Amino acid sequence: MATAVSIAAEREHYLNKEYGIRSWLLTTDHKRIALLYLASITFFFFIGGFFALLIRLELLTPAGDLVQADTYNKLFTMHGVIMVFFFLIPAVPAVLGNFLVPLMIGARDLAFPKINLLSWYCYIAGGILVLHAMLTGGLDTGWTFYTPFSTAFSNTAVVEAGLGVFINGFSSILTGLNFIVTIHRMRAPGLTWSRLPLFLWSHYATSVIMLLGTPVIAITLVLVVLERAFHLGIFDPTRGGDPLLFQHLFWFYSHPAVYIMILPSMGVVSEIVTCFSRKRVFGYYFVAMASIGIAVIGFFVWAHHMFVAGMSLYAALIFSILSYLVAVPSAIKVFNWTATLYKGSVSFSTPMLYAFGFIGLFTMGGLTGLFLAALGIDVHVTDTYFVVAHFHYIMVGGTVMGYLGGMHYWWPKISGRLYPESWGRLAALIVFLGFNLTFFPQFILGYLGMPRRYWQYPPEFQVLNVLSTAGSTILAVGYLLPMVYFLWSMRYGKLADDNPWNAAGLEWKTTSPPPTFNFEETPVVTWEAYNYNELPALEEVRVER
Amino acid sequence: MSDSPAPLALEHTPGLQHHFADMEQQRNASSLGMWIFLGTEIMFFGGMFLAYLVYRMWYFNEFAAGSRTLNLPIGAVNTAVLICSSLTVALSVRAAQLGKRMLLVTLLVLTILFGLVFLGVKAYEWNEKFTEHHVPGYSFHFKQESTEKPVDQGRAQIFFSLYFAMTGMHALHMIIGVGIFGVITWMAWRGRFTPEYHTPVEIAGLYWHFVDIVWIYLFPLLYLIDRRPHG
Amino acid sequence: MSEHILSSKLYWTIWAVLICLTGITAWVSTVDLGPLNTVVALLIASGKALLVVLIFMHVKYTSEKLTRVVIISALFWLLILLGLSLTDYFIRRPGLAGGA
Repeated sequence: MATAVSIAAEREHYLNKEYGIRSWLLTTDHKRIALLYLASITFFFFIGGFFALLIRLELLTPAGDLVQADTYNKLFTMHGVIMVFFFLIPAVPAVLGNFLVPLMIGARDLAFPKINLLSWYCYIAGGILVLHAMLTGGLDTGWTFYTPFSTAFSNTAVVEAGLGVFINGFSSILTGLNFIVTIHRMRAPGLTWSRLPLFLWSHYATSVIMLLGTPVIAITLVLVVLERAFHLGIFDPTRGGDPLLFQHLFWFYSHPAVYIMILPSMGVVSEIVTCFSRKRVFGYYFVAMASIGIAVIGFFVWAHHMFVAGMSLYAALIFSILSYLVAVPSAIKVFNWTATLYKGSVSFSTPMLYAFGFIGLFTMGGLTGLFLAALGIDVHVTDTYFVVAHFHYIMVGGTVMGYLGGMHYWWPKISGRLYPESWGRLAALIVFLGFNLTFFPQFILGYLGMPRRYWQYPPEFQVLNVLSTAGSTILAVGYLLPMVYFLWSMRYGKLADDNPWNAAGLEWKTTSPPPTFNFEETPVVTWEAYNYNELPALEEVRVER
Repeated sequence: MSDSPAPLALEHTPGLQHHFADMEQQRNASSLGMWIFLGTEIMFFGGMFLAYLVYRMWYFNEFAAGSRTLNLPIGAVNTAVLICSSLTVALSVRAAQLGKRMLLVTLLVLTILFGLVFLGVKAYEWNEKFTEHHVPGYSFHFKQESTEKPVDQGRAQIFFSLYFAMTGMHALHMIIGVGIFGVITWMAWRGRFTPEYHTPVEIAGLYWHFVDIVWIYLFPLLYLIDRRPHG
Repeated sequence: MSEHILSSKLYWTIWAVLICLTGITAWVSTVDLGPLNTVVALLIASGKALLVVLIFMHVKYTSEKLTRVVIISALFWLLILLGLSLTDYFIRRPGLAGGA
């Protein structure tokens, strides 16, 4: 065993095939592009996190003592813009999806490798514009760019930031396009749709949203930029324009964007749950169709962000009812994961801990989402910390948990090394505790009436805010830990064999790390997805560790 | 396609990229990719169509009055120019299929010329808007005919805002299209296309036709809102 | 997927029809049909678009079902955008809040 592993270390694979900066910046290998994304996404994550910590520090005391109101507006805006557009949306698809989609279907690369590289450059170009806007005056419109404030009143770099997000949108569109064409056209012989891993089903659904939603926010931002720069009057109320039209267009993308964030993580969780309970995922077909269902129904609900914005009551009623609908496929997934655990031989490895974290936190986020879909309750808690807590449970508790779980699960495949398992479990625990300490108090704060986006607050809210700030520092430690030990493991980690979890799926059939063209020869699939009943138990393969 | 075993192409076919099993897979992938991209384009223009629909419903009077100031004969002729360019594109795909290189190059050059004529006419029309003070902003002024219902200056600006946004986005697509066809023409001139391999011509053609279709809708939506005799 | 090579005569015919339809739509807009003017204009436009898609873009001749699925999905999503937005705009008038 040991000799086999050491020979593998000298084998040529995608990481050691070429060296030098050119071999990375001009690569068309989907695995290398995934790592480019990984590095840049991590960079933006920590910038966005830095803003979050400043926000929490300001809210430590009721008085506005650390920053002024204007600065605070810029802090939460930049936190939102960077986290939403430059971390959450690309996180799982652009890193794990890019790396795994071709591996999982037995292809040598994505259908359009150059376009894949182009998508990364769009991401970087958009990111540079937004960072430049941030350093030269910032942005204070909130991540939502609401008109008429963004078009007529804000004195900050709206045009530049808007263009940055617009260009970044192409990265999303091109990634989605690549995934759909790849999944349709490049599957290995025998890999029928009903044998497709659920990770791919969820990425397919995500790509549909990316393709049909992103162009709408693209044109909306273009109109905002034109209105600000050239005095077009499409959203301008002084000329009879309707600011609510902007909100319709904005949320037509930005609500489904939540599903762009959460669906890929759901795919990750499906893979992890089934692997670490050594059972075929319960209700494969329902989980797969739930992904598609979310992608479609997710487009029917956008105006529930506008219940108190002055929209017609008739529309509010319709969107409220439709919003309940989207809970159904989400619930199907949660129940199916739970049923997969039932009588499985569950092991509590790091990825599984993150998956558990995902299921718990996503469920809380989802259920509070139902509160918000109810017209009456929504009026009470609109623009309070209840909403803030709700969407952080979905986006951070859901997406980031899934992302970290997936990073741990596939790290042996990506790097060819094992991360230190005990550190992994510790970090997962810290993230879970820190997250809840940060955001659970915000549910209570919001219900008590503390509005979001204010830099000071009445003294009676201080205890809960101190708890939240304390939690955010713990959370920060929890996020830094994996980065440290992942980097450490790249040099000092134990060498991973090809399939350290003894998992099903084509990505584990090739070597770790994979060769540049993924497979020595095109694999032929003759088995159903998640045939864990035919695979040995995890304990047997993990004696080594 | 996933039912038949796909042997790795060992012999090198010109134009075949390494990660595809064969030319047909590559061609199908490219064509599907372009169609999906055109789907996203529908949604891109869709955002403006929603704005148009809403404001046309609310401010029909101003939209009708604004529409009447657009130059109908020029708009119709420009539509015809685009249709001609679509014909030359369709014929150029055919020329590529038949492997007629000089015909292909001629038709591609004609397409570019039609595209440039369209853009030139568009520029002339935009220029008219500037001299008529029909550009949204501080110098906007809509002089109405005495027979019309009173026209609100602000709402009229919304019509012209949409006019500029929609025709502007369309013109941007045309400019990109002309650029793409420049590259395709150059490739055709160099003899890069054969009856077996001419996917780029087809793909670029799909894009061009799509931009044509957008204009086919923009023409009646902007120029023909209300041309009925009135008074 | 075998390629269909269409006759150039067909392309020219379609071109002639498209040019005629352009003339017709410009002319018919000057005739008072009441509310039907808009309907006729959109029907003609859709007819022209359909001809371009089916013939010039070869959708009629392709054996690939996926192309049609993509077109129909995109149009369906456009319908979602327009249709669900109209639930608001059918009721609301400019300058008036919807009573929420």
